[in-house]
Amino acid sequence: MPTLASLHFKNRLYWVLLSAGMLVALAGLYAVHLMEHHGHIITGMNNQIVWGLPHVFAIFLIVAASGVLNVASIGSVFGKAIYKARAPLASLLSIAMLAGGLTVLMLDLGRPDRIMVAATNYNLTSVFAWNVVLYSGMFALVIVYLWTMMERRMNPWNKPAGLAVFVWRFVLTTGTGLIFAFLTARQAYGSALLPPMFIVLSFAWGLAVFHLVQTSIYMWNEKTIDSAILQRKKHLLGIFVIGSLYMVATYHLTNLYFAHQTGFEHFILFDGGIYPALFWWGYVVLGNLLPLLLLYLPGIQRDRWAALASLLIIIGGFALLYVFIIGGQAYPLNIFPGYEVSSSFADGQIAAYRPSLYEFLLGFGGLAIAFIITTVSVRVLNFMPQDKPYIAD
Amino acid sequence: MSDCKINPTEINMVDLKRRSFLKTSLGVVAVAIAPGMLLFDVAHGKSEPASGKVRWGMLIDTNQCKDGCNDCVGACNKENGLSDKTGATDPQWIRKIELKDSSSGRALSLPMMCQHCEHPPCVDVCPTTASFKRADGIVLVDKHRCIGCRYCMMACPYKARSFVHEPLHDQNPDVPRGKGTVESCTLCVHRVDQGQRPACAEACPNKAILFGDLNDANSEIAMKIRSVASAQVRADLQLNPGIRYQGL
Repeated sequence: MPTLASLHFKNRLYWVLLSAGMLVALAGLYAVHLMEHHGHIITGMNNQIVWGLPHVFAIFLIVAASGVLNVASIGSVFGKAIYKARAPLASLLSIAMLAGGLTVLMLDLGRPDRIMVAATNYNLTSVFAWNVVLYSGMFALVIVYLWTMMERRMNPWNKPAGLAVFVWRFVLTTGTGLIFAFLTARQAYGSALLPPMFIVLSFAWGLAVFHLVQTSIYMWNEKTIDSAILQRKKHLLGIFVIGSLYMVATYHLTNLYFAHQTGFEHFILFDGGIYPALFWWGYVVLGNLLPLLLLYLPGIQRDRWAALASLLIIIGGFALLYVFIIGGQAYPLNIFPGYEVSSSFADGQIAAYRPSLYEFLLGFGGLAIAFIITTVSVRVLNFMPQDKPYIAD
Repeated sequence: MSDCKINPTEINMVDLKRRSFLKTSLGVVAVAIAPGMLLFDVAHGKSEPASGKVRWGMLIDTNQCKDGCNDCVGACNKENGLSDKTGATDPQWIRKIELKDSSSGRALSLPMMCQHCEHPPCVDVCPTTASFKRADGIVLVDKHRCIGCRYCMMACPYKARSFVHEPLHDQNPDVPRGKGTVESCTLCVHRVDQGQRPACAEACPNKAILFGDLNDANSEIAMKIRSVASAQVRADLQLNPGIRYQGL
């Protein structure tokens, strides 16, 4: 039982954490205000790198928001009890990350004040426009799904709602992958492999976020997670990490095989400066190999190591997205195959990009929004996983 | 009841005053509205919509385009109110590209701008339909609908679009622009609608840029395209650009 002193301390800690989150969110809003006033000139983005660091944060949050629902799907669709007990927390995290990611994406627009224009003028051929529907639909569906779990009278609707969420999130992450897959002219994108790659990445990143938050909640409540449950979670996370590494490897290997793509692959994997460094050290070593060691090495059984592995997977995810989004734009467009080109508009040159402080503030502001939603919800509602004494499956 | 007689001349006087008052008022109203109406007319240019029978395009002769000459770029900047700056965040609607054939070493120079594709990827990807293609083939951005998402810049195979990164001053009234929106070559639509040629075509000292209606079999450009070898940039993408290059 927690002592009165520890309860007082936790109460104070809650307010400190909440205030810290709000400060970061406010700093993000201030950065947005400055970006609106001065224009994107104060960011590191330019006419070559048109999507910068805010997109890395936004896409990570949106992809992870979809992937975290895996926990809910395994529970509701496939009927596994230990996952079903965690479905409310997974849904909450999904809503929180979706809110954070969409806020960043929206506030990075050149004219965020015209969001009503985006809502009222709809281009059916635009995957961006599809995503407007997919994201808002996901929001609504997950809220309904949560309702079916937390309101006893709505319980009978839980299974259909869970199935709808299951289908919707696959379509949603496909849509996110398609944003890049439909860019035929760019060497880094325009591949049908991207939507499935994003889906598998979402599994790993979503479960990593889930595990990190779950560990924090258990620690907060001075509980330890059942070792059998932890073991299953770790195995699943490991499989997702291996799966995502396989997809990323396939994407690069197919590119390497095409002669016209080898220049780009050399740039991303070997001689592109920051991009190969982030790819190999950030994504492959920190984001995959080290977590796999922490998850599978015999003798390391404590949940703290699994939490560290999750944190590394998240960091690796950011590194991969930075390489994919920024590195993909930094490599020059091949407008005239077979020619060496130069111009005043950086044709034929590697584009330079240095993210500004404002972009970091906006990105962390998005994380802070997700953090605030999660922290407040976990405090006011019961999201602690309630496992049954006997695990049937 | 007293007898009240009205003098007919007095009635006439009232009528005349009323008449002159009405005349003066009409005159004042006309004087007040006329300049506005004229400006309205000027701003709208031709009242009929763009015709789908026309396909505006250009044929650029790279043999006539001189290395180091930037006259088309200067003319475009002046016409459209762009600064001549070429920093990473400065919009460039047209740029000169110097090319060198990797195998033969042959060097050439050409202007590159929006290619006004028949199947423009920028129009496909634009979430708000701000990017659109006019019936006469000119690809434009509606500055009131653009939300500044920059997806069109990612989709354009020619890197033809620029984003306005900072507040603008001294705009050309014929060419409205806006901070936080995307823009590109309009093929000088405001000039074309007045029956003129785009500024770059007019400014080229070597007449390397031939502008005209690709659909009109008797137009100079259509006849030239029939008689000389011309190429579309990234023809493999099958976007059918309206800008063709000779000597590429």
